[in-house]
This record gives sequence, C-alpha cells and structure tokens, in this order.
Amino acid sequence: MEIRKVTILGGYGRGGEKERVDQVDLEMGDLLSIVGPTGSGKTALINDIGLFAAEDTPSRRRILINGAAPAEEFLDDPAKNPIALITQHTGFLSDVSVASFLDTHARIRRSGNRDAVVADILDFANQLTGEPIITDSAMTELSGGQSRALLIADAVIIGNSPIILLDEIENAGINLTRALEMLRKYEKIFVFVTHDPRITLSSDYRIVMKGGAMQNAITTSLEEKRIGEKVTELDKIIMGMRDRISSGERMLEKEFRAIMDMTWLT
Amino acid sequence: MKLIMCAGPPTSGKTTVLRQVARRLLKKGRRLAYLKIDVQFADEDELFRNEFAIPARKIYSGDLCPDHASVLVLGDAVKWAEEEGADLIVETAGLCLRCAPYIVGSLGIVVLEATSGMNLPRKIGAMLTLADIAVVTKIDLVSQAEREVFRANIMDATRIEVLEADALRGIGIDRLVRRIERAEDVTMPLMLKGSPPVATCTICVGKKVIGWEHHFGVLRKLDTDLFYRGE
Ligand SMILES: Nc1nc2c(ncn2[C@@H]2O[C@H](COP(=O)(O)OP(=O)(O)OP(=O)(O)O)[C@@H](O)[C@H]2O)c(=O)[nH]1
Ligand SMILES: Nc1ncnc2c1ncn2[C@@H]1O[C@H](COP(=O)(O)OP(=O)(O)OP(=O)(O)O)[C@@H](O)[C@H]1O
Ligand SMILES: [Mg+2]
Ligand SMILES: [Mg+2]
Ligand SMILES: [Zn+2]
Ligand SMILES: [Zn+2]
Repeated sequence: MEIRKVTILGGYGRGGEKERVDQVDLEMGDLLSIVGPTGSGKTALINDIGLFAAEDTPSRRRILINGAAPAEEFLDDPAKNPIALITQHTGFLSDVSVASFLDTHARIRRSGNRDAVVADILDFANQLTGEPIITDSAMTELSGGQSRALLIADAVIIGNSPIILLDEIENAGINLTRALEMLRKYEKIFVFVTHDPRITLSSDYRIVMKGGAMQNAITTSLEEKRIGEKVTELDKIIMGMRDRISSGERMLEKEFRAIMDMTWLT
Repeated sequence: MKLIMCAGPPTSGKTTVLRQVARRLLKKGRRLAYLKIDVQFADEDELFRNEFAIPARKIYSGDLCPDHASVLVLGDAVKWAEEEGADLIVETAGLCLRCAPYIVGSLGIVVLEATSGMNLPRKIGAMLTLADIAVVTKIDLVSQAEREVFRANIMDATRIEVLEADALRGIGIDRLVRRIERAEDVTMPLMLKGSPPVATCTICVGKKVIGWEHHFGVLRKLDTDLFYRGE
C-alpha cells in the first residue's frame, strides 16, 4: 500500500479540554517537530500515531492513513506496518545477541536479503556512535548511545517504513548533525519529538504541546530556517570541541576567541 | 454465559488487563463475576469487589497445582456465576508451567510481558500453546523493535492471535474487548483443553530422600533425553 498522507484528528488534553489543533495532515516528505515542556504529552502524541489511535488511547485522538481508518493488519503484521517508532528508551531488555536480534527483526519485517540488511543497519548505526557495535555482544550490553543508534538505523532500514517517528534523539549521545544529514537522504514522513532548535528550525512546521493537548501548529518561517542553519554551524563548533576533549586534547582560549569573533554568527 | 480463563506468569499484568476489560464490559451493560485462583495469597477479589461492585471470590490451591485446583472448583464457580446472571472471568496463578487452565469453549487468554526474556514464549508450554489469544503487556517499556521481535518469538512457539497493550493506560484493550464480545457461551459438561502431565509418585506421597534410586513410579535420571512440548 502506498502511503501518501497521515492525518491526526485532535482529541482531548489531560484535563479533558478539547485540543486547540483539531487536525494535522502530514504529506509524504514532510518534516514535523513536536515541541513542549517535559510532561506536556509529546511522547503520548507520537505513540498515538505509532499505535494508530482510534479513540482508544487516553487522548481519544484518531489517526487516518490516506484519509481512511488504518487496516488492522498494520497492527498484526509488522511487515505491513508503515510506521517505525524510535522510542525514548536508551536500553534493551532482550537477552539475545545483536546479530540474532536484527536477524529476527528483519525476518518478521520481511526485508529481502537479511544479511545485507543487517550489514546496512550496522554500517548506518556505526556512523552515529563513538565506538562501533560488536554483533556478538548481547543487546543488553550496548551503551545508551549505541542502543539509540541501532534503533534509528533499524527503523530507517529494516522495513523501509515510509513514516518514521523519533522521540528526543538528541538525548541519545549520538552525533545528531550527522544523524539528521543521513536521515534527510530518505524520502519519508519524519516526526521529531524534540527540544533541539536545530531540528525544530529545519522542520516544515511544529506542533506545540501543553497539558497533553496540541496547542498550536506553527509553520517555520524563512527567517527561522536561516537561524536554524547558523545554529547548526554553531553546533558543529561545539561538537568539534567535544570530540577533541573526548580524545584527550586541551582547549585553548585563543581558539575560542577566534570562534566568538566570527561575524557570521551575529 | 461466557467463560474467560486468563493465565500468565506472576506480575505479567493479568489483573491490570482484566480491570481494563471489566471496566469496558460493565460500561456496555454486561454482568461479570470474577474468581482468582492462587496458591497462597491473592487480593484481587477485594480489588474487583471494591472497584466495580461485582461478585468476586478467590480460592487458594495450597499444596495442589493451581490449574488442578481449577479443575476441581470451576464447576461450582460456573454455577455461582450463573446464579448471579454473570459471565465469569477467572484469573489463575500460572505458576505450573506444565498445566494450563483453559476449558473447551472458553476464551483462553495468556498475558505475557514484553519486558520478559526473549525465550519466555518457548518456556511456558501449554499456558501459551493452548490459549486462544496472547496479550503482550508493558509495551510502553520497550522499543517498537523489541516489541516486534517478542511477537516473532511468540509466533515461532505457536500460531496464535497476538494483541499488544499498555495495560496501565488502557491502550490496546478495546481490541481484546471486541474479541471477548465475539466469544461463544460455554456448554456443559465443561472439559479441560489439555491433559495435564502429572503423575502420582513417591515424592507426591511425602518421601523426601534425594536421588532416583530411592523412588519408584515415574523416574528421571540426569541423562534422560527429555522432550516435552506442552501438549
Ligand atoms: N508500565 C506498565 N506496567 C504495567 C502494565 N501492565 C501491568 N503493569 C504493572 O505490572 C505490575 C503487575 O501487574 P498485575 O496486573 O498485578 O500482574 P498480575 O499478572 O495480575 O500479577 P499476579 O496476579 O500477582 O501474578 C503492576 O505494578 C502493574 O501496574 C503495562 O502495560 N505497562
Ligand atoms: N491527552 C492526554 N490525555 C491523558 N493523558 C495524557 C495526555 N497526553 C499525555 N498524557 C499523559 O501524561 C504523561 C506525560 O506525557 P508524555 O510522557 O507524553 O510527556 P512528554 O512531553 O513526552 O515528556 P518528556 O519531555 O519528559 O518526555 C503520560 O503519562 C501520558 O500518558
Ligand atoms: Mg517524552
Ligand atoms: Mg493478579
Ligand atoms: Zn500443574
Ligand atoms: Zn509427584
């Protein structure tokens, strides 16, 4: 089935009040951010999308695919599920090896050549982590960053899902700028739950959450997009410092002053 | 009347699922009675009585396997529920991994938690293979990838309908409720689905000495080639 559009029909906030945003339409290729303070219901919103809510979650929202109620097989057969959801979890509970986990997942998602898919996932994941993932190690042995990197790679590659939902990937200890660059190579619907201005300002629009409800939908202006690019540059500088400190180098004040003098920042 | 038999390992979320189910079924006007069969402690009867004001009881199996106890008491329990004009929900302890409490014509639900080991579906035998539906709880605590791999492990153990739920928040419960509404009424005489593999042996009658040489009847040595598929 070809996915063209995902629709969120508004429900109710935590206090039972109707959501101010009553409909959101996501078209193929759209990049959406969900923002809002801690506890405002961001995770609940993408979980609603990921579970194809049909007025059966606390928010009473409804999700439509191509304008109609989604088929039950989306929930019963992972191979037919068009959504990949990367949750906030940074650890696995599975007591199996990375290789056997990925192989089983590729099997149930019926991705063609399993060995090739598993190799692609590891290659993708290892570009985001500091230390490469060893396939013989148990899933439970992976670090927080390695776990998130593996989940992102798995979601993007394994089912080739047209809709990808990501919950606060900036908190994962992975190279975010690199991750965003790699993700944008794919033509998909991306929904980012995020506190990070780099992600928000490069999205097409953002939903602002409050009290469990969708409060507002804001289209990113050209001005905001320009700011976003500068913030990304700024972040590259900070990432560079982080990498150098991580590898045991010293920071020098004169270098830092040179950065602060750069006129493009102002 | 409908008979719903719910089994599953300790703390897998049976009570939490059944409370969500009961709330929805009662709202739709169905009458329910609840029975908990456990070994030596249970408080779910009070919980269901207090929360829903429905007839609720418990029974302790003590030195019997809880699924054997169920065979003995279920006839009385069905009569009791019938007198109350209610469908009967039975939550069992699910401790004996050889037996299963499911009855022909009842709806057998096994509750497993997504947070348990990946091999769990292969370890619990008849409790899973003789059930009609597996409900996987605690999906809020694992990633989608892990949820899907856990589902694969269930499907590898047995072909069964699998529903996933966040039982705390009631997510995924509506589908289970629809499945229960479709269940048939039980017909008399009630028959157990599987034959429980239990044997009377010298250990059953109280002989405590260790080592097969000291016993007779059903014996097993360390190098016995054992295979048991749970029915
Ligand atoms: N996060 C989360 N917790 C759950 C879920 N389902 C159950 N729990 C929790 O798991 C614990 C055990 O749940 P119960 O429903 O009592 O489990 P049970 O199978 O009835 O346990 P016993 O009858 O004692 O064997 C409780 O603390 C529940 O709140 C779920 O879907 N998500
Ligand atoms: N519309 C709603 N109705 C009822 N409960 C809700 C609603 N939205 C969210 N909740 C509940 O509120 C709690 C907090 O929501 P959630 O975890 O989604 O917040 P969050 O914005 O993701 O926070 P964080 O930034 O800390 O991850 C959860 O228990 C969630 O189930
Ligand atoms: Mg969250
Ligand atoms: Mg219980
Ligand atoms: Zn038994
Ligand atoms: Zn015995």
